[in-house]
Amino acid sequence: MTQSFPKREFLIVGILAAIVLVVLPCLNAFTPPESAFHVSTFSLSLYGKYLTYAILALGINLLWGYTGILSLGQCLFFSLGGYALGMHLMLMIGRLGQYKADIPDFMVFLEFPAKYPETGGLPPHWIPFKSFWFAALMVVVVPAVVAYIFGWLAFRSRIKGVYFSILSQALTYAACLMFFRNDFTFGGNNGLTDFKTILGYDINSPGVKRALYLCSGGLLLLTYLFCRWLTSTKYGLIQRAIRDSENRVLFSGYATANFKLFVFVLAAIISGVGGALFVPQVSAINPSEMTPAKSLEAVVWVAVGGRGNMLGPIIGAVGINAFKSYATHAFAEQWPYIIGFLFIFVTLFMPKGIIGLPEQFRTIKRRIQQRNKSVDTPAESAVATTSEGVAK
Amino acid sequence: MTETVSVPNVALAHSKDFILLLEGVNKAFDGFKAITDLNFYLDEGELRVIIGPNGAGKSTMLDIITGRTRPDSGKVEFGRDTDLTRLNEYQINRLGIGRKFQTPSVYVDHTVFENIWLSLEGSRTVWSTLFSRITPAQKDRIYDVLKTVGLTDKAEWKAGLLSHGQKQWLEIGMLLAQNPKVLLVDEPAAGMTDEETHKTGELLHSLEGKHSIVVIEHDMTFVRQLARKVTVLHQGHVLCEGSVDEVQNNERVIEVYLGRKKKA
Repeated sequence: MTQSFPKREFLIVGILAAIVLVVLPCLNAFTPPESAFHVSTFSLSLYGKYLTYAILALGINLLWGYTGILSLGQCLFFSLGGYALGMHLMLMIGRLGQYKADIPDFMVFLEFPAKYPETGGLPPHWIPFKSFWFAALMVVVVPAVVAYIFGWLAFRSRIKGVYFSILSQALTYAACLMFFRNDFTFGGNNGLTDFKTILGYDINSPGVKRALYLCSGGLLLLTYLFCRWLTSTKYGLIQRAIRDSENRVLFSGYATANFKLFVFVLAAIISGVGGALFVPQVSAINPSEMTPAKSLEAVVWVAVGGRGNMLGPIIGAVGINAFKSYATHAFAEQWPYIIGFLFIFVTLFMPKGIIGLPEQFRTIKRRIQQRNKSVDTPAESAVATTSEGVAK
Repeated sequence: MTETVSVPNVALAHSKDFILLLEGVNKAFDGFKAITDLNFYLDEGELRVIIGPNGAGKSTMLDIITGRTRPDSGKVEFGRDTDLTRLNEYQINRLGIGRKFQTPSVYVDHTVFENIWLSLEGSRTVWSTLFSRITPAQKDRIYDVLKTVGLTDKAEWKAGLLSHGQKQWLEIGMLLAQNPKVLLVDEPAAGMTDEETHKTGELLHSLEGKHSIVVIEHDMTFVRQLARKVTVLHQGHVLCEGSVDEVQNNERVIEVYLGRKKKA
């Protein structure tokens, strides 16, 4: 039954949460740098980045693994959340920038004061982002609104499957091209960078880095719990029913478009929040984060980790990115081939991803056992599979 | 065209007695006329069988009734003057018209119990599904339905593990859970064993009177078992209507449909 929270998963999550939220930050804060157990602030920030990716992956999983909607543009929402907070951080640089001006450097460089003389060079829509809370609100609102408009149009027109995937990819590519333009007022191809402070604290200080890391870990845990709750409700059942037989749901009186729109907007919000935590930890956001390749990569994390459950995407996102950090040092040129091969391999031989491996091994083991003794009891295999189904 | 305009006016007087009414319905796909001037009337509580060779427009007719396809012209009404041509699939379903598909469509990853639960009549909004809990009354109702379709002992099974016939029954159960006024059942016996087919016939008979039922069928043994008024469709048009025997002895029917069947 879907209602129960599997005890083993609860235990795993508890242990992981303890390591991520307590052990690692403590090792960073309370051990001397020369100690073998010390976790450097750089490493901690890197892990923080992985955790924000894991949040993004959970959003993709909610769409793809549970509703059967494969969006290839989720990094757009991740970036939009990132840009919203990034705008606030840009404005907080104040006169600490290269040009010692009141407005962000790129605006001076691009001669914005001439374009927007009445605001001293600041485009009007930037002004409210001086408030942290406004920016924080926009982290949620902007991805949600974009997802709502796009989703409403797409789902109402019954765009499904691969057509939806292509459109979502086109959407993020279009946004990417727009953000590349200097006159779009978001810093062109350099994007937003060189942040100095967040809420008045030095953004590069170990304490703030640690706090941001903890926020990422905490939010990942919250997102995980939220997704767990959502998929255990009747809504969650309908979600998977749409994935398995959308027509049956539609002809049972459910307006499936609304159900899909709801989860699409939710996933966008989750991605946006992830992006907002990503930006201060890597100290930059630029349009390359919106390229379709980024969104595709995020889909690969979910596929490799295992979709349709809650731990797989987290394992995939953290695992592949940790591997990538290593691989791009060791053999940078080959990385695209490695991830491409990984995706093909997983799709062909590990349909349930890393998380599904134990089950896959068990099935293989059972099959081998059966083959050894099957000749006299051919009926047993059928009984075994059905009783397993009942146990589930 | 003037003819088709005048026909509905005549029938309007009768329409109050019918739960489902199709009059002068036409539908063409890229020039191919799937439905031509189709007239079809279903009484309340009636069990009706529709037969016809492949491409006769049987499934298209169901598509038109359930809002999947819009007719090019004609009248499609439910009960007292509810125009179905303006509504979409889920709105039509909410009025009380349930449809079983030709290939069994159940939620393979859910338990049999959950399959019925999702189909149970009640609020269908996103919000209500987020916070609704299953009530004891709903549970009882689900087990009632499972009993009717004979799947009580499979309640906790995943629907994907059911046999083909059991999936067909589950889908019929899912329709019953909606407590529909009209049941549209597309080839319920397809792919079933003789015993299963017989059981399905009994099931449909037991529902007669409580629901108005339209069954589309190919299998003449099964049609005979149902032994109710039969409508023969041919080239998107009603060829004739009557009892199984009347229909089977009809010259034109033998020519287009049963003649071939008898030879086989």
